[in-house]
Amino acid sequence: MRAFIAGCGRTGAGLAARLAAAGHEVTIIDTNSEAFDRLDHEFPGRALRADVTDEDQLRRAGVEGVDLFFSLTEGDNRNILAAQLASETLGVDRVVAKVNDPVRAEAYQALGIATLCRTRLLADALAIYSGLPHDPGAEGVAPATGHHREHSAAPDAPALAGGR
Amino acid sequence: MYVIIVGGGKVGYYLTKELLAAGHELVLLEKDGRRARQIADEVGSIVLQRDGCEGKHLEEAGAKRAAIVAAVTGDDEDNLVVCQMAKHHFDVPRTIARVNNPRNESLFRHLGVDEIISPTRMALAAIEQDIPVHELLHLAQLPGGRLELIEAKITEDSPALGRRAADLSLPEACSLFAIIRGGNAQPIRSDTALEVGDTVLAISRTESENQLHDALIGAPDGGDTD
Repeated sequence: MRAFIAGCGRTGAGLAARLAAAGHEVTIIDTNSEAFDRLDHEFPGRALRADVTDEDQLRRAGVEGVDLFFSLTEGDNRNILAAQLASETLGVDRVVAKVNDPVRAEAYQALGIATLCRTRLLADALAIYSGLPHDPGAEGVAPATGHHREHSAAPDAPALAGGR
Repeated sequence: MYVIIVGGGKVGYYLTKELLAAGHELVLLEKDGRRARQIADEVGSIVLQRDGCEGKHLEEAGAKRAAIVAAVTGDDEDNLVVCQMAKHHFDVPRTIARVNNPRNESLFRHLGVDEIISPTRMALAAIEQDIPVHELLHLAQLPGGRLELIEAKITEDSPALGRRAADLSLPEACSLFAIIRGGNAQPIRSDTALEVGDTVLAISRTESENQLHDALIGAPDGGDTD
């Protein structure tokens, strides 16, 4: 499998190492080349300096045709833009954006983007540890519930969550 | 008409002042506290220190009754999120985004942003008008964002040279409407034959621009068509 990861923080670097160790072809990008210090010296994948919100740079980094795209930078909105670039413009099927604001995460899930919300993950884990019943919604990456291309044509599309 | 402006940089600030002067009801969201207070000192309590990317802040600002939400921060990603939240969560009829990277324009439109303001594109168009390049010049983008007013200069290399306007194979949804010859503009007629030095004015769909270029200016060197 070919995987593309934006953001070489702890999560991105750790995921890159695991995917590569399992034999997958991994490209990881970051705007700061010092971030690549988090990668192992023997990391077999590609590490490139590039901006995930820039279509030209993504193309040059070889994002077209990858099987998986993870946008894990520190900015929720950067990840949201990157995920939509990847899925709508660059034709990637499986795209996950890290969106730490739970309201925005839910809203974009309904707009067709699978999201990973650290806030929600931690709260869910701690709630379970505390003995609260397991929330069926607590499943790691929250899959997209809606689809992008429907949004403009369907005024009666399900109301997005959030804004509460 | 109620307008919400997100982003209190230079663009947001002057936009706010102009709209207030024109008598519109509006609110400006600026997430930086110091900047928000600075603007509020001048224009009053219509400035809220809020992050317009957050749904609940948009709601507090009255997004449900807003006719227009204009996202004019310096960051494309923030402007996209503001417009998407406004459009899909609050059903705002008209969303406007400032876009700095021109490559983002078509994606933003595709994702439901109604109107794009592109300072880069505007500066580029102004520069192109001052440089005699034998390319298509963008004169204006027409409201709605899908149609452009375009100018093309006919040269010796032009495939349209010597042909009548009616015989040109133009892309669909493109039309020529005027010609400037010898310093005089005149409506273009189907039997007008194009000459070297003619300037042709056309209306084209944004996505058909490359085909229009090929028809009036010629295919790029090497005939590479991909």
